[in-house]
Amino acid sequence: MNKNQANEFVFLFRQPALNLSPEGQGELQKKWMDWVGSIAAQGKLASNGIHLAAEGSVLKAGGVVTDGPFVEIREILGGFIVVKADTMDDAITLAHGCPGIDVGGSVEIRTAFA
Amino acid sequence: MEQHQAALKHLFKQEFTKMVAVISKLYGLQHIEIAEDIVTETFLVATETWEHKGIPLNPAAWLYTVAKQKTLQHFRRNKTYTEKVIPRLNLDQEEHEEMAELNFSYRNIKDSQLQMLFAVCTPLIASEAQIGLALRILCGFGIDEIAEAFLSNKETINKRLFRAKEKLRNERIQLELPPEGEISRRLDNVLHIVYLLFSEGYYSKTQNEILRKDFCIEALRLGLMLTEYDKTNLPKTNALIALMCFHASRFNARQIGEEAPVLYEQQDVTLWDQELIHQGIHFLNLSAQGNEITSYHLEARIAYWHSLKQDTREKWENILQLYNQLLLINYSPMVALNRTYALYKANGQHAALIEAEKLKLEHNHFYYLLLGELYKTIDEAKAKSNYENAKALAKTQTERQGIQKKIDQLG
Repeated sequence: MNKNQANEFVFLFRQPALNLSPEGQGELQKKWMDWVGSIAAQGKLASNGIHLAAEGSVLKAGGVVTDGPFVEIREILGGFIVVKADTMDDAITLAHGCPGIDVGGSVEIRTAFA
Repeated sequence: MEQHQAALKHLFKQEFTKMVAVISKLYGLQHIEIAEDIVTETFLVATETWEHKGIPLNPAAWLYTVAKQKTLQHFRRNKTYTEKVIPRLNLDQEEHEEMAELNFSYRNIKDSQLQMLFAVCTPLIASEAQIGLALRILCGFGIDEIAEAFLSNKETINKRLFRAKEKLRNERIQLELPPEGEISRRLDNVLHIVYLLFSEGYYSKTQNEILRKDFCIEALRLGLMLTEYDKTNLPKTNALIALMCFHASRFNARQIGEEAPVLYEQQDVTLWDQELIHQGIHFLNLSAQGNEITSYHLEARIAYWHSLKQDTREKWENILQLYNQLLLINYSPMVALNRTYALYKANGQHAALIEAEKLKLEHNHFYYLLLGELYKTIDEAKAKSNYENAKALAKTQTERQGIQKKIDQLG
């Protein structure tokens, strides 16, 4: 992205493991698409980021490997996007309405360094 | 007589691109202007001869024979042939007489045309010159026709074409397909130019409707040409063809006489070309393969939904999601506005207004038109002030009149 333009911020999404019906999942998926679409429509999406599967592994000291899914963790890291905004406050405003928040999740907003 | 003239014009246009490709294939792209001259001379001979003797049974074969003679004459006479071409062909004197003959077989014509398509669509040429070159070399349009389409004059177009050909020479562009590993990437550029050609016809400001349609048809033909080869017959190729079919299906509905383009909402559905819509669906199905989703895929699916005239929630919800996806790979203010319009049709004014206010496209009259439309049933005063803003920013008289009509309808 152009350096002269607005600053970039990373939105990190965390969300509890949800037990949704296929319809419920579809509905939530649609809300995410509309929400990211809204940011993109404002020309403020720098990257659609990467989306993470709920399953995985964690390596700890001593070669200890634990497998996911991490149901015991209250909020699972689900992925991130990168947005363009002038200030941290503007970035927080953009983060409002994130569908993850409505289902008990959170958005962590961090300044990105080039 | 007029019909006869039109048939000849069509034949020459078609054969021009084939013959220039074949001659350039044999003698090198650096001689493309000579190839054009030879073909033009051939047409002159044909016109004169056929006027007296009538058109031969196989006019194309007749043209090829004359072009062969003229080509050999030309290159012998100018020594280019012996000094430059033969060493390049890597033939000795005896061999070349036999080998270096133009090959107008069906296969060679097709191969040469495809290679020419890739050569003209090289990323090394600025796209404005590229479209001109494509219209001339790949589609066979005359300089006067190209000038008309660009609302320009012959001199400017000639200059532009000259520079583009010079670039082909300087960059030593060869008439060959890109290496296999690069075809998909290079194809992106080819598809881009084909779509620009189509858009040039579809949105052109020229009043000449026949010419505009011809542009669209030629773009479709080039797209179809790419489907004849496995390596270029990729899902994205089919997606672009589908998109062009859906757009082209509305060609007749968009124009009513000399009036301004008729907006989608007001179009007469009976004028939509159902055959083209069916073709569009056919190619859309072919495009639904592989992992790559291009903007052509998304735009073609949006165009498909628009080909269904019934206004259902499902339709607009699908269009909204496609615009959401399109924005992720290809943001433009127009896509953002269309997305917000789809949101309005799917979720109503209130939801759309919240989103529309965020767009802040304050130099775009379509933005204020959309806001006016959204406020229409909620707040007439705001609707009016937005329409007024749109009118102040509109670029043509026709647009301003259309907006004034909306203001008057507010009451």
